[in-house]
Amino acid sequence: MLSIKDLHAEVEGKNILKGLNLEIREGEVHAIMGPNGSGKSTLGHVLSGRPGYEITQGSVEFLGKDLLVLDTEECAHLGLFLAFQYPVEIPGVSNMEFLKASVDAVRESQGASAYDTVGFMRRAREACAAVDLDQAFLKRGVNEGFSGGEKKRNELMQMMLLEPRLCILDETDSGLDIDALQVVASGVNAMRSESRSFLLVTHYQRLLDHIEPDFVHVLADGRIIRSGDKSLALELEAKGYSWLDDGEVA
Amino acid sequence: MADLLTPQLNAETPAPDWLQTRRLAGRAAWESSELPTRKTEAWKYTSLFALQQPFMAARESAESAEELGLELPQLAGSRLVFVNGFWREDLSDIEPDAAIELVRFSEADRTQAALIAQHLGSVVPGNKHPFSALNDAVLADGVFLRILKGSKAACPVQLFWHNSEQVDAAINSQRLLVLAEQHSEATVVEHFSGQGHSFTNGLSELILTAGATLNHSRLHLESAEALHVGGLHAALERDATLNSFHVAFGGKLKRIDIVINHQGHGAHCQLDGIYLLRGQENVDYHTCIEHAVPHCTSDETFRGIVGDKASAVFNGRIHIHPDAQKTRAELSNKNLLTSATAEVNTKPELEIYADDVQCAHGATVAQLDESLLHYLRTRGIPANEALVLLSYGFINELVEKQRLESLRDYLKPLLADYFGAALAADSDDTGG
Repeated sequence: MLSIKDLHAEVEGKNILKGLNLEIREGEVHAIMGPNGSGKSTLGHVLSGRPGYEITQGSVEFLGKDLLVLDTEECAHLGLFLAFQYPVEIPGVSNMEFLKASVDAVRESQGASAYDTVGFMRRAREACAAVDLDQAFLKRGVNEGFSGGEKKRNELMQMMLLEPRLCILDETDSGLDIDALQVVASGVNAMRSESRSFLLVTHYQRLLDHIEPDFVHVLADGRIIRSGDKSLALELEAKGYSWLDDGEVA
Repeated sequence: MADLLTPQLNAETPAPDWLQTRRLAGRAAWESSELPTRKTEAWKYTSLFALQQPFMAARESAESAEELGLELPQLAGSRLVFVNGFWREDLSDIEPDAAIELVRFSEADRTQAALIAQHLGSVVPGNKHPFSALNDAVLADGVFLRILKGSKAACPVQLFWHNSEQVDAAINSQRLLVLAEQHSEATVVEHFSGQGHSFTNGLSELILTAGATLNHSRLHLESAEALHVGGLHAALERDATLNSFHVAFGGKLKRIDIVINHQGHGAHCQLDGIYLLRGQENVDYHTCIEHAVPHCTSDETFRGIVGDKASAVFNGRIHIHPDAQKTRAELSNKNLLTSATAEVNTKPELEIYADDVQCAHGATVAQLDESLLHYLRTRGIPANEALVLLSYGFINELVEKQRLESLRDYLKPLLADYFGAALAADSDDTGG
């Protein structure tokens, strides 16, 4: 589904990713862990086509297409979803208006008919309930005045409505209390399927207690230096990232 | 400068004495005043060049609403409709409401005429505003709204002023006087529309006596060819509250002066405004909040979106007099430029002569935030649609603040259409 080969990327002339390789197949859940500054968030930004990130080398294929030549919205149309670490606030645009515009655009690109307004509102309300957010959040400006946890739930709600093929969760667990973490985790678990894959980017092992990954990778200095199964995460938690500091490469 | 007075004088109708007195005073003031030029500080960025053409007196129109292309907002309540300055009974609708008296000057009874004569012009310093003097000079069928003491109007009052498409540029004046008596409450919506290139001089006076609350809106939704120099002058007595909301589409010349006088302790004003310009349109809002007495508050927010080669002016003055201790005054003006050739001249102007006050002001001119655009695009929304959504959101924030639900419901699709239309025009350009 996603194939990243020798990816190099820089921001403002500074190399952040330095030869990253990653293969994600359908239905798999991968976790990328790593210390601060290792390039975890950069990976999500690069895959979503965020302005200011320059790819200097390597390739990324998503569902057989060259992701690096696609516009940001085209990636979304193909089924790529990035849940942001820090979702932006958009006052004046209601959550409902935003969700409808988003789902309509994605469905239109896929040749599916748009939901009628009433039908869509019902689906949105269901998704809202599923992430344990009050219905009033649908009427408020996008993320406007939401707490950190509410923003993350709102990201999850969008993910549910857009039904993407690959979900990248960028430090979704940061700033969440244990209740919110469980809501997010159960939402993700409910969406797991044979045709949908996940990439969880996280600093801590705690999220992986709730969402069990098939593979765990350690990112350091812009490259994956070790890969393993979920036991790698436990080992990291016990020993800390410094355990891998001695130039040990997987 | 073309003669702006004569064509209107020629169309003059007989008037009762009190009105004729005011006309003559206005005429004298107009004739002795000099029209501002770009050397006048308050007119530095707005040229009156567009007025240098011969104008005809406005002509009465008998066209139907359909022929006029009128789309009257369904705000419920009473509605007075004027076309080319003439009242149209067939298009108007008066809901009986014991809380208010709503009359045209020409049909005012003796008591009402006395009240009009007493209050009209009382908050407009004619010598400072030549266009107010011009409005006085040709006063004809203004509107008087009186909200009776201690009463609350059941429904909004809507004043709809429309100019029809005419071959020759016409000139006309409109006048509104609102007298909100003690502890009364009402909602009034002024709406200017039109297809032509007529010149309108629209002057409104709001007098809020002690404890009165007035929710007021003034919509300038005229065509891009329209010329308008208008004013809104309000006086707020003790504990009065004015909520005043302004919307303007750009035009060839559109200059609106807003002056809010806090004259009684505890008075409060919330002043919000939106302006939307494209092509080569202009809008010039000059606002002035006068704090003459202690313990008053004012909260002013204007936002503009300026595209193409359009040019907007916002001048926000806050004047805190020496006695006006414990004043709290806030002013914010944010502008969004959607093209490299668009222009905004924004100037907050604070004059503070009291030492125990809270005053905050800010003005920004910026382009759309890339991170917001990116966020929407990651959700599959194409860049051009994302721009529309963000532009709409930028101003919709102020629309959402407005209390009158039917007005919000009227404006929201209208504004969405405005941006949608801009979007369609853009894709035509790239396609052609």
